Amino acid sequence: MQLLILSILLPFLAAALIPLIHRRIGNFNIGWLVLSIPVLLFGFFASQIPMVSSRETLLTSVEWIPSLGINFNAYLDGLSLIMALLITGVGSLVVLYSIYYLSPTDSFPHFYAYLLLFMGAMLGVVLSDNLMVLYVFWELTSISSFLLIAFWYHRKNSRYGAQKSLLITVFGGFAMFAGFLMLYAMTGTLSIRETAAAMGQLTEHALFYPAMFLILLGAFTKSAQFPFHIWLPDAMEAPTPVSAYLHSATMVKAGIYLVARFTPIFGGTSAWFWTITIVGLVTLFWGAFCAIRQTDLKALLAYSTISQLGLIMSLLGMGSAALHYGNTEAGALYGLAIFAALFHLVNHSTFKGALFMVVGIIDHQVGTRDIRRLGGLMALLPVTFTFAVIGSFSMAGLPLLNGFLSKEMFFTASLNAASMPGLFSTSWGWLIPVIAWLASVLTFIYAMIIVFRTFLGNRDSKAVEKRPVEPPIGMLISPAILSILIVGLFFAPNLLGDHLLKPALEQLLPGISGASPDSIYAWHGVNTELLMTIGIVLIGSVLFITFDRWKVIFKIQPAGWTFNALYNYALTSSENAASFVTRSYMTGRLHQYFFYILLFFVVSTGGTLLLSDALSISFVQDAPISIYELMLVIVMIITAISILFTRSRLSAILMNGVLGYSISIFFVLFRAPDLALTQLVIETVTTALFLLCFNYLPEWKREPLPKRKKARNAGLAIAGGLVITLTGLSVNSADLFETISGYFQNSYELAGGQNIVNSILGDFRALDTMLEGLVLFIAGIGVYTLIRLKLKKEAGADGD
Amino acid sequence: MESLIIILVGVLSTVAFYLLLSRNIVRVILGTAILSHAAHLMILAMGGLKIGSAPLLGEEAETYVDALPQALILTAIVISFAVTAFILVLAYRAYQELGTDDLEEMRGTDNE
Repeated sequence: MQLLILSILLPFLAAALIPLIHRRIGNFNIGWLVLSIPVLLFGFFASQIPMVSSRETLLTSVEWIPSLGINFNAYLDGLSLIMALLITGVGSLVVLYSIYYLSPTDSFPHFYAYLLLFMGAMLGVVLSDNLMVLYVFWELTSISSFLLIAFWYHRKNSRYGAQKSLLITVFGGFAMFAGFLMLYAMTGTLSIRETAAAMGQLTEHALFYPAMFLILLGAFTKSAQFPFHIWLPDAMEAPTPVSAYLHSATMVKAGIYLVARFTPIFGGTSAWFWTITIVGLVTLFWGAFCAIRQTDLKALLAYSTISQLGLIMSLLGMGSAALHYGNTEAGALYGLAIFAALFHLVNHSTFKGALFMVVGIIDHQVGTRDIRRLGGLMALLPVTFTFAVIGSFSMAGLPLLNGFLSKEMFFTASLNAASMPGLFSTSWGWLIPVIAWLASVLTFIYAMIIVFRTFLGNRDSKAVEKRPVEPPIGMLISPAILSILIVGLFFAPNLLGDHLLKPALEQLLPGISGASPDSIYAWHGVNTELLMTIGIVLIGSVLFITFDRWKVIFKIQPAGWTFNALYNYALTSSENAASFVTRSYMTGRLHQYFFYILLFFVVSTGGTLLLSDALSISFVQDAPISIYELMLVIVMIITAISILFTRSRLSAILMNGVLGYSISIFFVLFRAPDLALTQLVIETVTTALFLLCFNYLPEWKREPLPKRKKARNAGLAIAGGLVITLTGLSVNSADLFETISGYFQNSYELAGGQNIVNSILGDFRALDTMLEGLVLFIAGIGVYTLIRLKLKKEAGADGD
Repeated sequence: MESLIIILVGVLSTVAFYLLLSRNIVRVILGTAILSHAAHLMILAMGGLKIGSAPLLGEEAETYVDALPQALILTAIVISFAVTAFILVLAYRAYQELGTDDLEEMRGTDNE
C-alpha cells in the first residue's frame, strides 16, 4: 500500500500547485482549498487507528538510491501515528484559524505554500524509517520554519529570529547527521528498525557514545532544550498560527520524537538516562522561571513551551531506564514515564495550541500582547476568556482538565525515579521530584498571569484605544475544538490511552509488560502526587499574589550574562573574523592573487610529488638530441631570461616573438606541420598587435619594488618552474597509463580524413572546436567593443 | 630530447611566473603569452617526440607521432591568441581611461 508515501508527498504537491491555482481563483481565499489537505490526511491517519490499536504496523517501501541503501521507507507505528495525527489535526485547525487571522495585505500563496511544505516535511520526519530520508525531511522542517518565521520579512526582528532558529537547528541537524553516519558505520544499515535490532551488543563500540551525543544534540536544538532554547522566543516573530503550529505543537516536538524513536537504540545506558533527564529538568525549570518575568504574552508562551518540552524530555529520560531493567517490576515502573511523556505530548499540543490561538485573538482584536497594557478583557471577550481559562488551568495541572492527568503521572514518574534502587539511583535522586515540583509551582504562577493579568483587573482604556470585540466565529472554532479536547481528554483519557498510547508504548518497549497503566484514573486516593498538586496550588497562589514583592530576584542575573548575549557575541565575532580574513587576502591586487595561486600550486603539487615518492628521473625513453635542437633550446633560454632584464618594451615584445617563432621551428622538427603553420600565423598577428598597442602605451618605468619583495617573487617563480620541470620529468620517465592515441589513427575509416590532427579537430572533438570558435568570437566582440566603446566621463570624476 | 624540452619548459614558466608577479600590465600580458608557449611545449613533450612521421596517413609510414597532443595544442594556440588579443586591447583601453599601466594604481578605480 503506497498510500502512506502518498500522504507525505501530497502536501508538497499541493505547495507546488498553490501559486498556479492562486492566480486563477481571483478573490476566493485559497486557505479554504488548503484546508482540505490536512483534513483529508487527518481522515486517512484516523482510519489507521484501528490497525495500530490492534498492535499492527504498516511499512511501505520505495527504492530511492538502492545502491547506497537509501530507500524511501515509510513506517507507521503507534508513535508515528500520534505525531501524524497531531501534525494533520493541529494543522487543520491552524489553517482554518489563519484564514481569519491573516490580513488581506499578507501574501496568502507564500504563507500556505510554506505551511504545506512544513506539513509534508514533518510527516516525512515522523514516518521515515530510513535515517537519510529522516535527515532530509528534518532539515526541510528547519527551512520551512525559517521561511515562516521570516514571513513578515520587512521586520528586522523577524529576520533576526529566522536566522537564529536556522543557525541553531541546522547546527544540531548537522551534528545529528554525523551521528547517523556513525550509526551506519556501526550497524551497516540505515533502517531505524534494523538499527534497533542490531544495537543490543554495540554498547562497547567506540562510536556508541559519540553517535548518541551527536544525535541528542540534534534533538535538543530542535526541541529548544537548555541551553539551545534561545531561538524559540525569537521565533515568536512569526504569525501566531505559525507559532501555534510549528513552535509549540509539532516542529519542536520533532526532537522529542527523535529521542523517543531512539530510546530502543540507546536507552538503558546511564549516559542516555542522565543526559536527557538532567537537560530536561533544567529546561523545565529555567523555561518556567523565565516565563514568569515576560511581559509579552507570546514570549511568555514561548518560554512556557520550552519548559513543557523539558518536562516531556525528562520523562523520556527517566523512562529509558526501563530498557535497563527489562521485563521486571522496575522496568514497568520506569516505562510509565514514557507513557506519561506520550500522554503529555498530546495534552501539551491541545492546551498550548489553544493558548496561542487565544493570544492571537487578543493581539488581533486588541492590538497589543503586552501584559502591562492588558486587563479587564473578561467582560469584552467572554468566549476567548473561557478558552484561556481552560488552556491555562490545564497547563497548570488543575483537575477536570487533561493537564492534571499527565502532570500527576509526571510526579509519579519523578517519585519513582528518585526512590528506585539500582544502577541509576544516586544520593541526588531526591532532587528530581523537588525540581519537578518547584518548576510546577512556577508553571502555576505564569498560567495564572495569563488569565488574571489579561482578563481580570481594570481595563486601561488609555493604553488600548479601540474597544475590543469578539473575533469572527471562524477564529473561535479552532480554539473551541481544542478546549473541548482538553476537557474531553480528562473525562475519557482511556480512549486515547487504549487506542494510541498503549500500542505506541508497547512498540517502543517490546517485551516489557505492564509498563502502561491498566487505565488512566483521575482519582488515586490521597497520595503524594495529590499532595504535591495541592501544595502547588496553595504556594503558587500565595506567590502569584505577592509577585510584585519578590520579582526583584530576576535582577540577580547580571545583565549581559545570558545565552542570547553569547549567541550574539558569537555571531558578530564570527562575522568580523570572516570579514577580517576576507579583507586580508581580497586586496584587489592582481599580483598578490597570483602570488597566492602560485604558492598554492607549488605547495600542493610539489608537496604531493615529494610526499608520494613520485619523483623519478630517467632518460631512457628519450629521443636523441641533435645539435640544431640544442642550439635552438639555448637560444630560447637566453631570450627568455633576457626578457626579464630588458628595460625596453620594444625588445621585450620582439623577444617574445623570437620565442614564438622558435617554437614553430620546434613544431616542424617534431613532425607537427599543422602546428607549425598555425603558430607562425598567430605569432605574426600577436606581435603586430603588441606593437600596435605599444604605440599607445607609456614607456616602462622601473618597478618601485623593494629588493626583498623582488627576491621573494623570484624565489617563488623559480620554485614554480622547478615544480613544473620535476613533475614533467617524473611523468616522462614513467608509463603510468596506456596511450589512447591509437584509436585516432583509424581516422580514415572512422572519419574519412587522412590528416589525423584535422580529423580530431573537425570530427572526433568537433564540439570542442565549435566552442573554441565561440571563444574566438566572444574575444572578437570584446576587442571590437573595447575599441569602439565611448565611456561617458562623469563630471568631477576623480582620476586624470 | 623530451627531458631537454621539459627543462626548457621549466625555464620558460619561471620567466612567465616572474612576469606575472609584476605590476606592469604589459609585463603581465607577456607573462601569459610565454606561459602558453611553455604549456604547448609541455603537452607536446608528454606525447613523446620524434618517434614516427607526421600524422598524415598519406605518408604511409610505419608509425606516426602522437596526433592527440597536436590537436590539443592547436586548440590551445588559438585560445591563447584570443585571450592575449583581448587583454592587450583591455590594457590599451584601461590606459586611455585611467592614464596608467600600473595595476596597483588601477586598483579600486570604480567610476560607479
